[in-house]
Amino acid sequence: MRSDRGQSAPLGLKIAAASGLLFLHLPILLIFVYAFTTEEKSFVWPPPGLTTQWFAVTWNRPDVWEALSLSVRVAAISTAIALVLGTLCAAAVSRTKFFGRETISLLVILPIALPGIITGIALRSAFSLADIPFSFWTIVLGHATFCVVVVYNNAVARFRRTSGSMIEASMDLGADGFQTFRHVVLPNIATALLAGGMLAFALSFDEVIVTTFTAGQQQTVPIWMLEELIRPRQRPVTNVVAMVVVLVTLLPILFAYYLTRDGDQIAGSGK
Amino acid sequence: MSVDVTMPRATAPAILPGSGGMRGALSDLFWRRPQLLLLLMLLPPVLWLGIVYIGSLFALLAQSFFSIDEYSGLINRQFTLKTYGDLLQAANLDIILRTVTMAALVTLASAVVAFPIAYYAARYARGRWKALFYLGVMLPLWSSYLVKIYAWKLILAKEGILTWLFAKLHLLWLLDGWLSLPVVGGNSLSVSFTGTFIVFVYVWLPFMILPVQAALERVPGNLVEASSDLGASPGQTFRNVLFPLALPGIVAGSIFTFSLTLGDYIIPQIIGTSRLFIGQAVYSQQGTAGNIPLAAAFTVVPIVIMGFYLWGAKRMGAFDAL
Repeated sequence: MRSDRGQSAPLGLKIAAASGLLFLHLPILLIFVYAFTTEEKSFVWPPPGLTTQWFAVTWNRPDVWEALSLSVRVAAISTAIALVLGTLCAAAVSRTKFFGRETISLLVILPIALPGIITGIALRSAFSLADIPFSFWTIVLGHATFCVVVVYNNAVARFRRTSGSMIEASMDLGADGFQTFRHVVLPNIATALLAGGMLAFALSFDEVIVTTFTAGQQQTVPIWMLEELIRPRQRPVTNVVAMVVVLVTLLPILFAYYLTRDGDQIAGSGK
Repeated sequence: MSVDVTMPRATAPAILPGSGGMRGALSDLFWRRPQLLLLLMLLPPVLWLGIVYIGSLFALLAQSFFSIDEYSGLINRQFTLKTYGDLLQAANLDIILRTVTMAALVTLASAVVAFPIAYYAARYARGRWKALFYLGVMLPLWSSYLVKIYAWKLILAKEGILTWLFAKLHLLWLLDGWLSLPVVGGNSLSVSFTGTFIVFVYVWLPFMILPVQAALERVPGNLVEASSDLGASPGQTFRNVLFPLALPGIVAGSIFTFSLTLGDYIIPQIIGTSRLFIGQAVYSQQGTAGNIPLAAAFTVVPIVIMGFYLWGAKRMGAFDAL
């Protein structure tokens, strides 16, 4: 690859790559424009006028706040569970070789590899077989299951880079297992865990497919948005919520990137 | 763990006394029995995933062998293959064929759009640009799925920006001509298969770019140089050197684009025609129709297809590119 240094890319390639990136980004930017439009009934372009009144309207909508609060609580608790389970699993898989190790990694990845609808309907049919009523915890159960893989991926990548001899050195110097974990292992994997946690939070905050099967009548932000997409009530409010959601998910991603930028490859590839 | 075999028996006392108490005892126990520690570490995640996830999956698969009583609507919990018979009705086969065709087309298109981005990022982008490309792919990947679909609803709407753009370019005849075509056309782009296709490609594109880029990063630059030294044109180098080496990455990416398209039910519901895809069929069977056995049988279709797909991908070495 180094030999390409100094060479510049063919014009065709530049254009193709640039238009590909534009294709990825322009639709999201459009959301920001529509949040300010004065048009209420249709998606007309260009917007007939610009206003900020919809921010105030959205601010005063209790259903938006309820959905937001539910989403944040679900994401926080699912992330906490995923952090514990994902780290334990990553530590076990990366430190030792044992029978069934490959199966364990497959087991962790499966909830994200199979289409979400399968996870969703499987959970729902299990709830109905076991007579479990829908609740806050049924949502968390689903979310934590597929968030484990994100934490796991980040933690495994970091464990691979941390050398085992540090742990041995710590033990040789007389630290017991818990001290070693607290003073040697944890500081080494902390940023990877933070990044994994951020991504897990973003994943849970955004999840809709599994949630439609496990939420019952409760509304998370994505479910609220889905309702608005299918049966629009007040389009400008949806525009504003969409913009806020973009901003809310943007920050954890940028932060997770910042935390893992040197070394751990592709922090988000677990999605 | 067996280092002490080669060392002389300790004659001096340990540097520090043992920490003692419960904690010390536990720590010593884990040191002496690493298997126990391993078991304790694995137990919570395996129990969680095993019971919550695998348990539910089996419950679902089991239900596909039940049947529904057509008159009472109750589920008859006896082993039968009747539900799978229902699955093979012409209408359901249509749904399966439509979904698989869409998944294949989406996969092809994503590969074509993704390749130049991945290629540029892997071979030409350096330093600051490299980070920019990386974030340029990661941000759309992690942006809210529904917001992305919503953005396309705005774009593809009859009064939306795309129609406006076509009008500005005096190309409305082209758009109308395309929309009047059978199958791909419709009243407007947001209620046509064309719209569904564009949104699928958009939403899954980053999943294709990342593995292709990873595969291209691993192609040694001197291979490309050697190829041109030996007189190959850029086109020949691409066909005979770069493309075969990037193929495992493309296959790895296609696992995502294919599997995600097979299972999605929200995109075709919001942007598309009234003709169903597998995901929508599953959703409506379990929801409004209350026919859980048929819904379960429907979910077996993507599982089986993906099983074969993954098997083929593994043979092509795609997993090393993940």
